[in-house]
Order: sequence, then structure tokens, then C-alpha cells
Amino acid sequence: MPVRTHHRIAPPTKHRLTYGLACVLASTAFFSAAFALGQDKPYFVTYSHDLEEPGNLEIETKTDVARPQGGNQYGATAVELEYGTRAWWTTELYLDGQATAQDSTVFTGWRLENRIRPLMRDHVINPVLYIEYENISGADKTILEFVGHDSQADLAGPNAELRKDHQHEAELKLILSSNVHDWNISENFIAEKNLGHDPWEFGYALAASRPLRSAESGRECTFCAQKFTAGAEAYGGLGNTWALTLRDTSHYIAPVVGWQLPKGIRLSFSPGFGLTASSLTRVYRVGLAFEFEQVGNWFKKPAEGAR
Amino acid sequence: MRKSSVLFLILLCASLAVAASSSRWAHVPAKDHTRVNPRATQPEVVAAGKLVYSDHCLQCHKANAMGDGRKRPSLRSERIRTATDGDIEWFLRQGDLGHGMPSWSSLPEAQRWQLVAYLRSIQ
Repeated sequence: MPVRTHHRIAPPTKHRLTYGLACVLASTAFFSAAFALGQDKPYFVTYSHDLEEPGNLEIETKTDVARPQGGNQYGATAVELEYGTRAWWTTELYLDGQATAQDSTVFTGWRLENRIRPLMRDHVINPVLYIEYENISGADKTILEFVGHDSQADLAGPNAELRKDHQHEAELKLILSSNVHDWNISENFIAEKNLGHDPWEFGYALAASRPLRSAESGRECTFCAQKFTAGAEAYGGLGNTWALTLRDTSHYIAPVVGWQLPKGIRLSFSPGFGLTASSLTRVYRVGLAFEFEQVGNWFKKPAEGAR
Repeated sequence: MRKSSVLFLILLCASLAVAASSSRWAHVPAKDHTRVNPRATQPEVVAAGKLVYSDHCLQCHKANAMGDGRKRPSLRSERIRTATDGDIEWFLRQGDLGHGMPSWSSLPEAQRWQLVAYLRSIQ
């Protein structure tokens, strides 16, 4: 008779976080020669119409840290592998996990998404179609979007309980995005459906940002205004098909700042402030992205005459 | 009858493809075509454009701007030499998504003009 064992993972410690950070920095140094600069915005929830350059692979971690009312502080990370399949088509795989103080560290699932630009030219408003499949547990706290009705209690339960709820969901987004006078303005309309049951749930995300300085200076620099992008995001839920309403939904306003470092490394930071009783009071987000240029070419023979 | 229809379609597609490839600048709106690089006379514009090129273009078009000999074309070409500043800036903004060239509308306009100046300098 098979014996079922329950592996409880030790609570995260300060040392673990230090080792984790050291590993990230070591990887950065090792891979930095192959990095390129992307054109992504420093948004955490909102998508703009920027797609990954064809052939490039971006690896990004998006971490949010918060403390729900009646729960323990947690840190949740989504590791995002984003590949430019075509100039008009980007594919992404997310791997999610979280660590909750006085509880455990758990892998919470994965997501696969595709973004497609149906129009081949740049317009005043550029639509992008987004389709995603999610296979995540109820313990997922990466909060990459807000849909339907939710509360802080959804994030406050013990991981062992939350993990019992398994979700297979499809998510559709209509991304509208414009670049006007160096500003990017993006609007996302989100519809999510649990494939097992439940109605369609809806949400939104809005964002605007611009670089602090438009022109390059002519000299290489790291800590200069043109390397920084600043703006703000607003996001939240809009209820579901049974109750399309703002009641019992969470809404946030979040300033964002991005810093483009040399060798294709991008740092972003955003403190989010909850606007309703259902929202977390504060959620801090940190993003770290590395872009590998032309990974497809690593496996190809160079053409004659090409450098 | 069927063979001749297929042949006609092939010829039509081929001629459309040739027309599309040979008249890229023909799509540029007149107001963009006539634009002159407002940063052309600024000091360090070429150096700044070179930095923009290194950050965003070099990975495909290579350090010598000669492309990869496959899908990524050379930027030292008759097509660039004969284009106006406005043509090149418009093309950078639009991209050519169907052929693998991203749209660089997300770059600040000033950086696109700096890039135009750099591309002019290497012809």
C-alpha cells in the first residue's frame, strides 16, 4: 500500500533570500555578454503594444510583497520567459511561486500566453489580442491581474488549504496602446473564465509612462535621465457576468519607475496602494528583467560574409 | 482553364510582391516624406544615434550595419541613400512586422531622429 507523505517546506529565512539574491546577481554577471536592450515598459499588470523583438528571449521576475489583513506577510514571484516568435507575435511562459512567513514556500502553477498584433502598421491606437491558459492553485499570490470579486481573505489563508483549490482558467485581454509625444498610454480589458465552472470575470488595467529624458546624450551612461521611465498604473476588478459591478472588488493605484541598465538588464519598482476595503493596503512590486538577443541564432550556422 | 487561372494568380502575387518590395517609400505619407531631421545639426547627434543603434539595432543588423546576409538587410544600401530623413523616421516608427522589423514607435522621437542621423553618417 503506497504511503502518502506530506512534505512541508521550511519557512523562508533571511539567509535564503540573501542566497537567492546572490544567485540572481551571479547569473546576471555570467550571462550579461549576450544581453540586448528591450523596449518594454515598467508596468507590472498592464500590457502595452510592445512585443518582444523576434528571436529574443527575455527572462523577467516579477515579485510582489504584501501583508493581507488577518494573514502573514508573503512574497510571490512570477518568472516570465518571453520569446519573440515573430515581430507581431510573442509567446510567454510564467512559472509562479510564493513564500509566506510562518507558513511555507510553494510552487503555485504556470501560465502560457500569446500576444498577437493583428494590424501590421502603427496606428493612433494599437490593438493587441492576448490569450492565456492558466494552471494555478488557489495559493497563487502573484496577482498579475485583478478580475471578478475578491477580498484580502483570498490571500490570507494557510498555503496547505489554499493549494487544495486548483484552477484551470482561460484569460482573454484586449490591449489598446498608444505612443503620443513620448508618452505611452495603455488600456487593457480583461475577461477570465474558470474552465471548470464559474462565470466570466472581468477586470481592467490602465497605465501611462514616459522616459524622463527623450534624447540620448551621446555618451554612454548608466545613471542618467534617459535610462529612467516613470508613470503610473491603475487596475482592478469589474465583477462577473452575474454581477457586473465595482462592489466587492479591489482597485489599486500604483506609481511605476523603470531603470534600463547596461547589458540588457532592466529594473522596475512599483508601490501599489489599495483603494477599496477589498484591496490590500499596500503591495510592493519589484521586477528584474534580462534580455538575451537572438537566441535562435545560437543554434544556426553563420551565413558567409556576415560578421 | 484551371492551369491558366493558377498561373494568373501566381503572376499576380509575384507582381504584387515585387511592387511591394520596390516601393516601400511609396507608402510614406507626404507630410512624413518631406520632414527634415530636426536634430541633424546638433553636436553629438551621430554619437547619440550610434548608441541608439547599439542598443536596439545592432543585434539584427550587426555592428557594420551590413545585416546577416539572410533576412536582416544591410542598412548601407541605395534604398537608405535615396530615402529622405522623413522616410526613414516613418519606417522606424512603423516597422515592417510582416517581415520581422519591429515598430520602434516606443522609442522617443528624438532618439529616432538621432538614429536617422547615424544611418546617414554610415552610408
